[in-house]
This record gives sequence, structure tokens and C-alpha cells, in this order.
Amino acid sequence: MFLTSNPQLNKNGELHHLLSIEGLPGEILLQILDTAESFVGVTQREVKKVPLLRGKAIFNLFFEPSTRTRTTFEIAAKRLSADVINLAINVSSQSKGESVLDTVANLAAMQADMFIVRHSQSGAPHLIARHVGEDIHVVNAGDGRHSHPTQGLLDMFTIRHYKHDFHQLKVAIVGDILHSRVARSQIHALTTLGVPEVRVIGPKTLLPTNVDNMGVHVYHDMAKGLKDVDVVMMLRLQNERMQGSFLPSPQEFFKFYGLTAEKLALAKPDAIVLHPGPMNRGVEIDSTVADGNQSVILPQVTFGIAIRMAVMSILAGN
Amino acid sequence: MTTGPLPDAEQLVAALIEKMRGNVAPDTGLIGIVTGGAWLAERLHTALKLEVPFGTLDVSFYRDDFQHKGLKRKVAPSDIPFEVEGRDLILVDDVLYTGRTIRAAMNELFDYGRPASIRLASLVDRGGRELPIAAQFVGATIEAGQSVELKRDAQGRLSLALSID
Repeated sequence: MFLTSNPQLNKNGELHHLLSIEGLPGEILLQILDTAESFVGVTQREVKKVPLLRGKAIFNLFFEPSTRTRTTFEIAAKRLSADVINLAINVSSQSKGESVLDTVANLAAMQADMFIVRHSQSGAPHLIARHVGEDIHVVNAGDGRHSHPTQGLLDMFTIRHYKHDFHQLKVAIVGDILHSRVARSQIHALTTLGVPEVRVIGPKTLLPTNVDNMGVHVYHDMAKGLKDVDVVMMLRLQNERMQGSFLPSPQEFFKFYGLTAEKLALAKPDAIVLHPGPMNRGVEIDSTVADGNQSVILPQVTFGIAIRMAVMSILAGN
Repeated sequence: MTTGPLPDAEQLVAALIEKMRGNVAPDTGLIGIVTGGAWLAERLHTALKLEVPFGTLDVSFYRDDFQHKGLKRKVAPSDIPFEVEGRDLILVDDVLYTGRTIRAAMNELFDYGRPASIRLASLVDRGGRELPIAAQFVGATIEAGQSVELKRDAQGRLSLALSID
């Protein structure tokens, strides 16, 4: 299907909302990565704050619990000097029966400039973006199984930081692809940025049907899938999104798909290991790997702040 | 509007050095504004034989036209390799015009500490000020209405060229 208009872009083709990585040109992804590079320097200073978004009101609308993502968005907004208002909506208006759009309309009436939206329903940030006024920006902070664009972007930033160039890489995404919005964002970002070989590894029950249509190679065996890769991107087992039996047991999952030092040895010796957090140690990743010298899991968190600063300042400047 | 020939940048650098010599203590911190001001700060630093290394500042995050122009793609990291607190500083820029860049630079500097004083050195002053800002050291004052920028060739020679605002 040919889309005549992308809801994320304004009439000049600039980013107006960040809803998903799918459909964004590589040029915009690179603009975000380059801008984030500039902010890494700021976050290493004594005063980690710049006045770019002074006087702007940014609302963190979290309809689903999150600690890391909400906190890093909050830190990013504060480092840009914006005013941040955190709302955990599952315990507020929703329980009184207010609709999402009414909640948003009320907050817009309080002169909001930007909404950061996390929701368990895929498409909720799109719905909000369609209904807000022209001068309000929406950032998707994770919706259902659909998309988590800032996570995908910070993963790309981390890969570029350690591997410098996307065009020679073999990248494996491992685990629960089916329930993962992170995996979807990673696949779109990696293919858009020109990674020639993207692999997904997982049991048949945790891979979406037709996943190979997304331009990835499918493996069910870690020994084959990890062979000679430069980057291993682990995913969290999404127990809270599983209804029914996808797995015999977490122990069995760890036996076949958990990343141990032994399995990691099949990848290139300088391969890096990513994980979006929160980690289930002993389920998808072994502690020796999570805390080992190939792990870049904590740098991912730090880079996540710079990425979110970049996204917010690009949106506010367009 | 008449546009006469632009002055020779190398001669202006020499003139600026002469005006600053004797007026700048060796522990003064020079801070060049990216990019032209940083090239100039490097030259002044060598000629004036200052003790502390010079710093560079990219003021993009502090500009007041962010709402209209957005952010440029690559902002160079500001690098101030000395303690700002209590030090006499000289901001260095290539072209002084509205004064808004200097305002942004001063705001950023105060995020590093409270300097004892800040003076301003500029290679050319093209008038057109919109803020109460003046340079203590100026290479030359040029005709209002001319937009100029500093260039540096492969040999490190500086020159002035007309540019579009």
C-alpha cells in the first residue's frame, strides 16, 4: 500500500510526532543519532542542563507501568529545561471511566506542548496524535506489541558507538519476538540503516508468522543463529503479555535460548550484547554475560537519555 | 549600499594581537566560539603566550532562535579545559553583529562557573547590535549591511568572505 501522507511528518517532511520507526526515512534516523551525539557531551558536564525547551510543558502519559523509560524521558526533558508532569493514568482517570481522548483533551487544555505516551494497546499514540492540535507533539514510549521507537533508536546509537558502521554488520535478535515491540522497532531501524544481515532467533511459538517478510533470516537454533554475528540483541521474555502456553517453562527456555558465555562464544570475539531491560537473569540471559565485558547494557541506558533529548528537541524545533 | 573590498583577515589578526598585547594577563582564559572564533582563539593564544589552554564553545543549545530555526545537525561539544570559577575570561568571535551569539555564550559560560570577568574580542564589528553588548578588542569595524564570515584554508590562513545571512 502506498501511503500518501505519513502522520509522523509535517508538510515539509520534518518529524512532527515520533510514533514508530517504520516509514521513517534513514535520513531522519541519522539526524536523530547525530543530534544525540551532540547531547552526550552535555550530559558529561558539571551542569547537565541546556535551556532549549525552557517554558515547555511535557506530559509523561503512562497508561502502563514503566520505570526506566519513564525516568529517562523525565531526565531528558529536565536536562532540556522543560517542565515535566508525570501521570500514571492506570490509577487515575481511567479507573473512573474517562476515555483516553478525554484525558488528553483535558491535558491539552492545560497548555501541554508534548505528550510522551506509553499504552498497552497498539496504536494508542497514533490515535492521540490524530486528535491533538497542530502545535502539540506526540512521542510513542511503547504501545502494545507494536512499536517502541526511542528504544530502537538508542539501540542503533549504541551499535554505531561500538561498531561505527552499519553496512558490514550481522545482527541477531534473540528471544520473544512475538510479543516484543522492541524487536519490531529494532528490525525496522536496522534494515532502514542498511544492516545487510538481520537474524531473529527464537522458538516457533515466540516468532510472528511471516516474520521473514520483514527482511530477516529466521533461526530456531542458537548455535546456527549466533555464528559470526557482530551484535546480539537480547529481548525480555514478556510473561505479562502471554496468555496461554507459549513455553514449557522458563528453565527450558533458558536451556535453549538463554544467552550463556558458551553460546556467546559462537559470535565474533568482539561481539557486543544488548538488552532493553528489565532483565530476567537466568531466563533469557546469564549473569556472567549480563555483567561481562561484552555487555553494553548499562551504556544503553545512558545513551537512552541523549536519544530522548535529541527526539524532544528535534520535535520542538520543527 | 556600497560594498567595498573586504579587509585582509591576516592583517586584522595582527592588529587585534597588538591591541590585546599588554592587556591580557597570562592566566586569562580565552574561549573561541565555534567555528571562526575558535580558529581565531587558537592564533591569539599562541601569539599572546598564555599559560592556560584555550577553550571552545558551541552555543547552539543556548541560542534564542531555536524556535524559528530548530537545531543544527551536529553541535560540536563545548570544551573548556580550565576552571571558569573566579577567572578572567575573553570570549573570541570572528564577526560581532546582533550580539545574540555573545548573549548565548555568556549564558553557557555561567553553567561552568562564575568568572571574575568576561571581555570580548572580535575580528570585525559589522554593527547592527540588538543587545547592549560591546567588544573591548576589535580588529576592524566594517560597513553595516555587509554579512561576512571567516574562512580558513588548508595552510591555516584566515580570510574574510561575503556570506548570505
